[in-house]
This record gives sequence, structure tokens and C-alpha cells, in this order.
Amino acid sequence: MIKIIRNFARRIFSGVFKKKGEIKLGFYGSPNAGKTSLANRICQDWLGEDLGSVSKMPHETRTIQVKEKVVLDRDGKKIEFKLIDTPGIATKIDFEDFMKFGLKRKAAQDRAKEATQGIIESIKWLDDMDAVIILIDSTMNPYSQVNITIIGNLVARNIPVLVVANKIDLKKSDIKKIQGAFPEYEVVGISAKNGDNMEEFYEALFKLVKKI
Amino acid sequence: MAKKKKSVKKVRKVPKVGKDLTIHFMPYSEIVHEDTVGRIKKIMGLILAQKIIILQGRLSPDEEVRLIENSMVLIDNIKNFQGIEIAAISAENENRGLFENIRRNIAKILVGEQDAITIIGPASVVKEMTKNPKKVELLLQRK
Repeated sequence: MIKIIRNFARRIFSGVFKKKGEIKLGFYGSPNAGKTSLANRICQDWLGEDLGSVSKMPHETRTIQVKEKVVLDRDGKKIEFKLIDTPGIATKIDFEDFMKFGLKRKAAQDRAKEATQGIIESIKWLDDMDAVIILIDSTMNPYSQVNITIIGNLVARNIPVLVVANKIDLKKSDIKKIQGAFPEYEVVGISAKNGDNMEEFYEALFKLVKKI
Repeated sequence: MAKKKKSVKKVRKVPKVGKDLTIHFMPYSEIVHEDTVGRIKKIMGLILAQKIIILQGRLSPDEEVRLIENSMVLIDNIKNFQGIEIAAISAENENRGLFENIRRNIAKILVGEQDAITIIGPASVVKEMTKNPKKVELLLQRK
């Protein structure tokens, strides 16, 4: 309870003194949901450069990646973002899973260690966000406890959330299932890889920013 | 000259999974007077003993995230520990009336969310937990 009050007070004061337009936008979700792909897509659209590397192997992003001064323009209104791409949050990590992707034992163990540290770092950053995009792989079961836990924490901290269902270009994608799992939230379906439906995403992002 | 004793770093390990499976039913009364640290300590103690916990009620979002954080620290420090699987289902009903919702929310604030079930298991025992709004299925590791 004390923590919630402290966060609320911090948000009020930082809101008063914050430089207008600078918004810390976090990308959260399970590993391989497409957080870095979406962050890269936004950076490519507005800066012409990538933020981080992507891979089919889970836990490719193992440290927080930040891109500052990303200015988005919509109907003449400019908003400056600080994009914060976080490592995917998981409840378990087995180094042997990385060996299935061809890594040697030592390299897999090192990657697993970095991945656990990355998850701890992601959790610590939850307090520092102004708004968060929750990325969900629309080909997977959305009822994973990780998604529910992250959203629950953001709601408790009074941080606005936008749910994005990624990979809508794939056959197995089921956006209705995601909407059914999170009925209180607007769900935007995109393909970060192909850039599908990005206009609707930017519209929803500008709407999200108004809630801060 | 006396030989120097070699300092041997003690590595903590999780016990090997036996053929028997233990399910620990935890009534809400067992954790109601514990703070976050106490609750996590109690749960992790059972998880490290390779038990599956069925908890009456659910942890707060903050406690759930602390549990994940704690699991990550333990993966780095305890040999053979791979983390946890967790799923919670609530007795949520969309057709509930306004007054029933208010009554339940007040009860939730006063005594916690008891009309839910949380299942937590060690990842070395529970291979996968599949959840949909009404049920949770556990796929266990075959020994």
C-alpha cells in the first residue's frame, strides 16, 4: 500500500516537473512476442534506424535497450518518446532449451544467466514507465500468467497500458482470443515484421498518451 | 609448514525428483498473516522441495512479480533449479450484478481474493501449465 502511494506521489510530482512531451514508453511481454521487432519498426518509421537485434531464439534481448528522442508526428501534433525495450519476462529458464538452437553448453549457460538478469532488470524498470505496450504473440495462448501479472502490476501503479497482438500475418493468429482474454483493454492487431496495421497502432498510441 | 585448507564452495542443489509427486494444499489462512517476504519464502521453500502448491486465493500482482524475481535469483544460485510454473484462476462471472460486484470488491480489500485458486509448481516437475478462463491443465515431466 505504501509503495502504491509513493508511486502515485512520484507520478504526480514527475508529471508537474517533467519536460513536456518526453514520454517513457516501455515494451513488455513474454520472450519472442515481438517487442524488439515493434520497437525497431517504430524507429525505422521515424528515425530510419533499428533499436536492437531480433532472433528466433528466445531471450535475444537480455539487457534494457533505450532509444531517446523518438519524435512521432500525427495531425501536426508532435510527441517525443523515449523507447524502452525490455527483455521478455518468463517464469522459468532452462539453458538446455538454448542448446536446441545450436548453442554449446557453456554459451547456453551464459545466455541463461544473462536472461535471468534481464528479467530482474525488466521488473525493476516497471516503476519508471509513463506508458506501456504489452506485446502478445497472437498465435499463442494469451492466458499466460506472465501477461496477467505484468498488466496487474501496471494497473496497480496507475500506468496506462495498450495491448498489442503481434504476428497477425501468421495463419495461427487469433486476435479474437486476445480480445476475449483482455476485454477491458483496446487490442490492436499488427505484424511488426511486415508493418501491417501500423496506422491503427499509431492512432491507439496517441490515444494512450492522452491518459498519462 | 601446515598445509592450507582448500576452501570448498558449497553449491546448493534442489533434491532429485523422485517417482512420487507431492501436492501441497495451502489454505489462505496459512499465508494471511504473512507479509510479502514471508509468503514468498513459504512458497519457495515448498517449490525447492519439489512440491506442487495449490493455494486457496491468489497473490497480489506485486507478490507475483516478486515471486518471479525471486525465482530468477534462485536459478542463478541453485543447481538444477529451472524456475516455476504458475497459473491462477478466479471465480469471475461476467453476469454478476452491480451490488454483487461491489460486495465482492469490498471483501477482496478486507480479506484478500479468496475465491480464486493459484497453482505453482517447480519447472523441473511441471513441464507446462495451460490455462484458459475456466481451467488449468498441468503437463508433468515424465520420469
